[in-house]
Amino acid sequence: MDKSSTTQVAELSTLDKGLINLLQHGLPVCERPFIQIAEELDSTEDEIIEHLNRLLESKVLSRFGPMFDAACLGGAFTLAALTVPEEDFEKVTEQVNSFEQIAHNYRRDHTYNMWFVIATESQEEIDLVIEKIEKQTKLTVLNTPKLEEFYVGLYLPA
Amino acid sequence: MSVSTSQPDALTPLERQYILLTQNGLPIIAKPYHWIADKLGISVEEALALTQDFQQRGIIRRIAAVPNHYKLGYKFNGMTVWDIDDIQASKFGDAVGKLPFVSHCYLRPRHLPSWNYNLFAMVHGKEPEEIQHYRSQIKELLKEVLVTRESDDTSQSIPSQSNDMLTSTQILKKTGLRLKRKTTSVS
Repeated sequence: MDKSSTTQVAELSTLDKGLINLLQHGLPVCERPFIQIAEELDSTEDEIIEHLNRLLESKVLSRFGPMFDAACLGGAFTLAALTVPEEDFEKVTEQVNSFEQIAHNYRRDHTYNMWFVIATESQEEIDLVIEKIEKQTKLTVLNTPKLEEFYVGLYLPA
Repeated sequence: MSVSTSQPDALTPLERQYILLTQNGLPIIAKPYHWIADKLGISVEEALALTQDFQQRGIIRRIAAVPNHYKLGYKFNGMTVWDIDDIQASKFGDAVGKLPFVSHCYLRPRHLPSWNYNLFAMVHGKEPEEIQHYRSQIKELLKEVLVTRESDDTSQSIPSQSNDMLTSTQILKKTGLRLKRKTTSVS
């Protein structure tokens, strides 16, 4: 994949910006949702649909559709971290990423320098994955499952 | 604000089919619910009612577009972490979650002495200064409830501070979270 195509900042028209801003908040649930959007942006249904498809094709939008609460889809999740010695970072990255249950993994600038989301079918499986990671890496996993959620949603004005 | 308690097995076969059909997104067409109805063999009215019901139950947060952070110029993100008074944590967590630049906000367990933070809030910005500014705004909001810890454990390797911001320097892995097809009754 051409990396620059997903990392370059896009040139956007006023309509595109309006669309991105409006549609992050959500679309009305009705038969012809884009008519209402078109009215708000002083455009037409056809034009809105065309622009949206183009934004999706050019990857300015990564997704369009229902935003599901992952926990409602079943399974168990946790956020976990490791303090990885710099010289072992590559090796540990491979070890951790090799588990299919690792959904995201980020390097962060902290003593805990590796942060990953474990997504499994059950709580028991989370414990098992953590146990295996600790055994393979000989490091102690910091396990921080969510206790309470306040907000998940991101508004990035274009 | 809610703790997720929904059970996946509370879903009907039709609801599971709806999720499997739409979790990768909807086509951008004039009548998206007609498309859902056709695919599921139900009426448009049923497709709309199912969607509204999912929204009411919190299974669908909203029908929306997700922009690519980088394409919009949001290249910087910070995981801000806070050590706040447990008794007031829910109230203040809710307030932090309402800030427009916060995308995720959770209470998580501390692991003393190495990890004293119980509130996590993700922020995003176009410049490094921007996320620093957001961190300051959160700090201002939380100033009365930040915990000051005396470092009485001399073996403690990480100094106790009331907050920090961990910026991501590299994506090591990123995959989507999906309802697994194998656990469904859909043939």
